[in-house]
Amino acid sequence: MLLRHTNTEVVEREALTINPAKTCQPVGAMYAALGIHGCLPHSHGSQGCCSYHRSTLTRHYKEPVMASTSSFTEGASVFGGQSNLLTAIETIFTVYAPDIIAVHTTCLSETIGDDIVQITAKATGKGLIPPGKYVIHANTPSYVGSHVTGFANMTKSMVTYFAQAVAEKKNKTVNILPGWVEPADMKEIRRLAGEMGVAILMYPDTSGVLDAPQTGRHEFYPRGGATVDQIRASGDSRITLALGPTASTSAAEALDSRCKVPFQTLELPIGLRATDRFINALRKAGKVEVPASINDERGRLVDMISDMQQYFFGKRAALWGDPDQLVSLAEFLHDLDMKPTYIVTGTPGRAFEERIATVLGGRLPEVKVRQGKQADMFLLHQWIKNEKVDLLIGNSYGKYIARDEDIPLVRHGFPILDRVGHQYFPTVGYRGAMRLCEQILNVLMDRQDRDSPEASFELVM
Amino acid sequence: MNNDMIDILEDRKDQIHRTGAAPYAMDCQKRSLAGSVSQRACVFCGSRVVLYPITDALHLVHGPVGCAAYTWDIRGALSSGPELHRLSFSTDLREKDVIYGGEKKLYAALTELIAEYHPQAAFIYSTCIVGLIGDDVQAVARKVERETGIPVIPVQSEGFRGTKSTGYKAACDALSRLVGTGPTHHLPDHSINIIGEFNLAGEAWILRRYYERMGVHVAATLTGDGRVNDIRSCHGVKLNVVQCSGSMMHIAKWMKDTYGIPFIRASYFGIEDVSRALYDVAEFFGDDTVVERTRDLVRQEVKAILPQLSLWRSALEGRKAAIYTGGAFKAFSLVRSLRTLGVKTVIVGSQTGNQEDYELLRELCDEGTVLIDDTNPLELQKFIRETGADLLIGGVKERPIAHKLGLGFCDHNHERKLPLAGFEGMVHFGREVYASLQSPVWHLTYRSSGPCKEVS
Repeated sequence: MLLRHTNTEVVEREALTINPAKTCQPVGAMYAALGIHGCLPHSHGSQGCCSYHRSTLTRHYKEPVMASTSSFTEGASVFGGQSNLLTAIETIFTVYAPDIIAVHTTCLSETIGDDIVQITAKATGKGLIPPGKYVIHANTPSYVGSHVTGFANMTKSMVTYFAQAVAEKKNKTVNILPGWVEPADMKEIRRLAGEMGVAILMYPDTSGVLDAPQTGRHEFYPRGGATVDQIRASGDSRITLALGPTASTSAAEALDSRCKVPFQTLELPIGLRATDRFINALRKAGKVEVPASINDERGRLVDMISDMQQYFFGKRAALWGDPDQLVSLAEFLHDLDMKPTYIVTGTPGRAFEERIATVLGGRLPEVKVRQGKQADMFLLHQWIKNEKVDLLIGNSYGKYIARDEDIPLVRHGFPILDRVGHQYFPTVGYRGAMRLCEQILNVLMDRQDRDSPEASFELVM
Repeated sequence: MNNDMIDILEDRKDQIHRTGAAPYAMDCQKRSLAGSVSQRACVFCGSRVVLYPITDALHLVHGPVGCAAYTWDIRGALSSGPELHRLSFSTDLREKDVIYGGEKKLYAALTELIAEYHPQAAFIYSTCIVGLIGDDVQAVARKVERETGIPVIPVQSEGFRGTKSTGYKAACDALSRLVGTGPTHHLPDHSINIIGEFNLAGEAWILRRYYERMGVHVAATLTGDGRVNDIRSCHGVKLNVVQCSGSMMHIAKWMKDTYGIPFIRASYFGIEDVSRALYDVAEFFGDDTVVERTRDLVRQEVKAILPQLSLWRSALEGRKAAIYTGGAFKAFSLVRSLRTLGVKTVIVGSQTGNQEDYELLRELCDEGTVLIDDTNPLELQKFIRETGADLLIGGVKERPIAHKLGLGFCDHNHERKLPLAGFEGMVHFGREVYASLQSPVWHLTYRSSGPCKEVS
């Protein structure tokens, strides 16, 4: 009983997070920056920040994760990190030769008040940035928002640094801001758009970066990632589809105000209805028809759900993780006839509760939702101890609860430190929804097999 | 970028040497160059890894949530009892706290946690930002200590204060607040402390068993499977045995200065080093019975593992390894252990080694071995390709690089899954090296030397 320290009495804690359901902004900024081709993320802070973020991403992806650090010293924390960043820019372009350095700040450099724009301008003045190379930045104070905020901020910076409206008339291209999803999900979004015949520009795009093949070499900058030219060209696109409001809205708004590209925000296309809305939005945006192949994919998903509906019926689930994933998951589980009873995200923002209420449409009065302050795994565990659930869906940090309470766990979200698959198999789109169904059914039915008495142990299910 | 064209950065030239070349002085223990893709961490990280294994203490990270999130149960430091150390407690500072200060939050968090969990002591880790906003952590700690009656100890671990080694020292300073505050009358005459041992995969338990068989009592392990009360009383021993010199030498030196307790350095990795360590302790006590028992122990243990080791050796003979560790001390043992397995070390690097360490490494390694301080993935790849290494021994960030290059890998860091210390640890180490190098996957990749032969 690793979590034997969890008691059942829920008291409002004044100032304490136990077993967080979030982490800090910079790791999100680092992940987003890896979705630009030839980009080296740079952490402007102490050495540990960079090391922790790289380790976490490495554990999640089982891939090398390259990023550099300003290696702050006591002096830098007193006099500012300008000289560190100038040295860093010089070192990075000399030794690691990226096309872009994407700087993100940390709580330390934010509190000191380093002005990255001004420092970068100085670097340009000193000729430290080679021609055709770029330094971009995002402010990612660790004490505001969460890792998702950091992702959103870096994505927005891609727009503000690169996107340009050049042509007089917008072209047919549709921009897609995929939100914080896995490389496999980005690939799947691209496939769906291709199947629809819609030309898209997508960023960030970590496919081909964090799912690189074994080649006998370590590619410092793997082949994937959105190029600067692509990001720049997104200013001439007809429309932007921003997937996941928490991760993508701010970038879409920036693109609208800079380049007059209108946008539509959608929940992440996880599950049947959310994918329906995404496909429909893509259809309208691209002015195309939905091809039969996509209708078939949808039909297969519906077929799978109908074949197996008795196993989903009435199952209570607890979910934790990031707002954009949770909203869509909650909707999908409800469509599967399950009860997403407890939903927790450490990422603060009141809109979360409203979004959950919107997708559930008041159909599940017993649902408990918590975001922000003290919305952590400890609270979730207390809720579960008070009234059990049949299924857990979330990142690896749920495995303690799964073990202590003997509840099956489907891993979804960030980070997943103890399984593989999330990098390679999407959960967006109809096929992704089928994979989620498969994962859910596998654990529920394994459980039934394990627990059923010999007499009613069934071969055919 | 063409990886074959990698040049060594001018500023780093004095941190890379080849044995057998002209005499040199390794330019180590300096801060990483800003902008490097360093494999190093920070002061907080150093403190956190050293204190983390104290299982019945409260570990509260004072700062924004990240530092607590990233260090939540990532180190396989096993406990035979309490598991309080495996939870993640954070004051989760927000913007408002950065402006108005986090002391109130710290006080509230501490009192709530102590009332709930009744820990034996509480450690408060300061993160970068706490050092900047000027929270008086000492004052809060004193107040809570008065009110609760348990030791409440601030750890000066602001990330920017130095290197990871600075963090080790901050952790040792924190520990010195506990040492000497408990009774010692219960400790037998032949008592030692094991210092710098974190019980990864249960290694401290193996060592304890050895010492018990020798007739030597282990009063406290600092800090693997650690208990606050053991640490409070650990000044009652006759000898401190210090492993992993980088991390906890400070506390040993402090105990020597304060209590006159001598210390010896020890490594428990590899047959030669673990035998040497046990004999050193036995000889220290100068008790014939202890020496005799130790001799028996070593004889029995070595005899038990030799057949298996020679089997691994027959498969591994002639393979080449690269080593990249945190502290350099461990690297000595690894070079020797690999030799036992017939594997030649061609690259050795560390994050925190000092000049003396690198000098010893130069003496120990074969001619032509590349020695690197505070390396980065580019250099590592360059030297791996140049030397034709088959295996990399390192930590979490190195593993996928090794696999991408088609190298076998052994984690000798936080994520080791089997105990690698002691005689049985040597068998596990052999198994890990063999398992990784014999994998049929090396038939499928671009690596020309392929897997080693199969022997079991």
